[in-house]
Amino acid sequence: MEPDKPEDEQAPVVKPAGKVKPPPLSRSKRQELRRKLLRTVLLTGGIVGAGLSGFLPLIYARKSRLRPPGALDEKDFLASCIKCGQCVQVCPVDAIRLADLIDGVGVGAPYIDARSQACDFSCDAVQCVLACPTGSLTYKKPAFLESRPGARLAAKPILLAKENDPEPTLNLTERMGVARLTRPEVCLAIKGKGVKGPARGHTFKGHMRYVRIDRWKPVPIAGVRYDIEECDLCVRECPVKGAITIETVYAPDGTLRKSPVVHEPCVGCGVCEMICPTEPGSIEIVPREVWRA
Amino acid sequence: MTNENPTEGSSKPRGMKAILNRRFREQIMVMFGREPKKPVEISAPAQEVHLVKRTSNKEKLQAAAAHAEAHMNTSHKWRNRRWAVLVLVNLFFVVSYYFDIQILEGALTASRFVGFHLIDLNSALQVMLAHRNIITNLLIGTGTVLVLWILFGGRTFCSWVCPYHLLAEGAEKIHLWLVREKLVTDAPVDRRLRTVFWVVFALLALATGYTVYEAISPTGIVSRALIYGPSIAILWVLALLVFEIFFVRRAWCRYACPIGLTYGVVGILSPLRIKYTLEGCFHEGNCRKVCLVPHVLDTVIKGRAVHTEVPIGPDCTRCGLCVDVCPTGSLTYDVKGLSKLL
Repeated sequence: MEPDKPEDEQAPVVKPAGKVKPPPLSRSKRQELRRKLLRTVLLTGGIVGAGLSGFLPLIYARKSRLRPPGALDEKDFLASCIKCGQCVQVCPVDAIRLADLIDGVGVGAPYIDARSQACDFSCDAVQCVLACPTGSLTYKKPAFLESRPGARLAAKPILLAKENDPEPTLNLTERMGVARLTRPEVCLAIKGKGVKGPARGHTFKGHMRYVRIDRWKPVPIAGVRYDIEECDLCVRECPVKGAITIETVYAPDGTLRKSPVVHEPCVGCGVCEMICPTEPGSIEIVPREVWRA
Repeated sequence: MTNENPTEGSSKPRGMKAILNRRFREQIMVMFGREPKKPVEISAPAQEVHLVKRTSNKEKLQAAAAHAEAHMNTSHKWRNRRWAVLVLVNLFFVVSYYFDIQILEGALTASRFVGFHLIDLNSALQVMLAHRNIITNLLIGTGTVLVLWILFGGRTFCSWVCPYHLLAEGAEKIHLWLVREKLVTDAPVDRRLRTVFWVVFALLALATGYTVYEAISPTGIVSRALIYGPSIAILWVLALLVFEIFFVRRAWCRYACPIGLTYGVVGILSPLRIKYTLEGCFHEGNCRKVCLVPHVLDTVIKGRAVHTEVPIGPDCTRCGLCVDVCPTGSLTYDVKGLSKLL
């Protein structure tokens, strides 16, 4: 029954239960086992270390990124996102990107850089939410997850593009963030200046759906020329009804002036940030921001 | 189990079954990292074959072995088929997105095939542990994948689908060349490590609420890089490949990947496996040299086979390299129960 000694299979590590003592190992064998153990420990440390490095972005990048519509709160979002990119695939304007190692938001997790390409809801139905297999993006939060106060929209947002449809609303219950006039000093509306030509120049790569040009197909923003006396692009192109208006307000110095004013229906999609013709943009989305009355 | 030998007595098959079942249970332990042991019990027909092999003229046997090896057609049939499938599946993801035909959407972690959710079992597990919530769509998707890989053999995913596996096969070729040239030495690692990693990553997900493993999973990174364009995260994959070339052969797949272990567990239930036939085998061991998981082929070592036909254990990736390299046809693909049915 004794087989020829196989080259590399002697000295079983685990002996069958019994009183038989294992034969003493040769010195070289012991040394080999010790080395193997050492390598095992090193490999363990290496890979666990690399795994933990996945946390670094979470630690050093406190700044939150704009997530696709319907995203759960950041912690739940990162827990539940399976990083498959199906939301990326369905977006008609390619607004959603997957984070890389250095993006500081978790490898493979989706985000939106609104300044270069915002979500303009040209899919009409928040398709990324439909595509998400894990509920990271969702129409309706599961019961055990709470909404932060002010994150919930008072009413379902009305999409201007389908205002006259039987179902004019977007199926969205929470906002992605809130638009804020972060650089009023450069805002053309405040300065009373107009816009001539394409909003972001001829080389800008972003796309948007203009109902007046094509109800169904987003077109390059660089191809759309404006000629307006006083800039109101953020209001003019906002896809959501009642989210932003130009109003006459008191400036800090007490004088009256015009200014974009953001209202409660703002979902934080980022179209105003994308279309703003100043460089850098005057209006930006604060991701994850809630509505404060 | 698979062999109906008419010369055997009526009580023998029962004992045979017990012996094979015992070996199967041992193979499950071997998958989790135990070293394969010499068999405690060997069926009578196998003992006979072992005896014949031991007592027959050694020179004659060696001559026959040499003859068989010299006259074998070195075939790459299964390797070529496997590579074709692997490339096609991954290409399908790419093409489906690139041309927006929406047949296979997503990446290997989670996808949708003509509307059916397909979710990688390990990714789903990580997400559910991190999220501490059972997600209905995920369950449906994992169900589909579970059925698929039970039918096709569990770790078949590794060798027939995983894009990192293909890269690692390339790295392995370079590594083996370097070993032959005596420029590097192979440095095996304790296989129990993979089970440890599986537990560690599961616990990390549960404790931190973040899918830690997904951040470093070369399968996910390569799959996304193919579909959504290259990323810096690919550097991590390159680092792994360099490590495998210069230090430890197939380190990731053998000693680290929790996806492999998860699919290995699925493979326990699978009827598709490699079958070893003792009789014609010359025990020259080529199969063990090409195998990603040689511990599953311990049965081909002289005197180890517990029966005349032995199914290979669940950790086997069903890659077919051993089938290609075997000069005597002693290793074949087999579907449990199918030969009986036909």
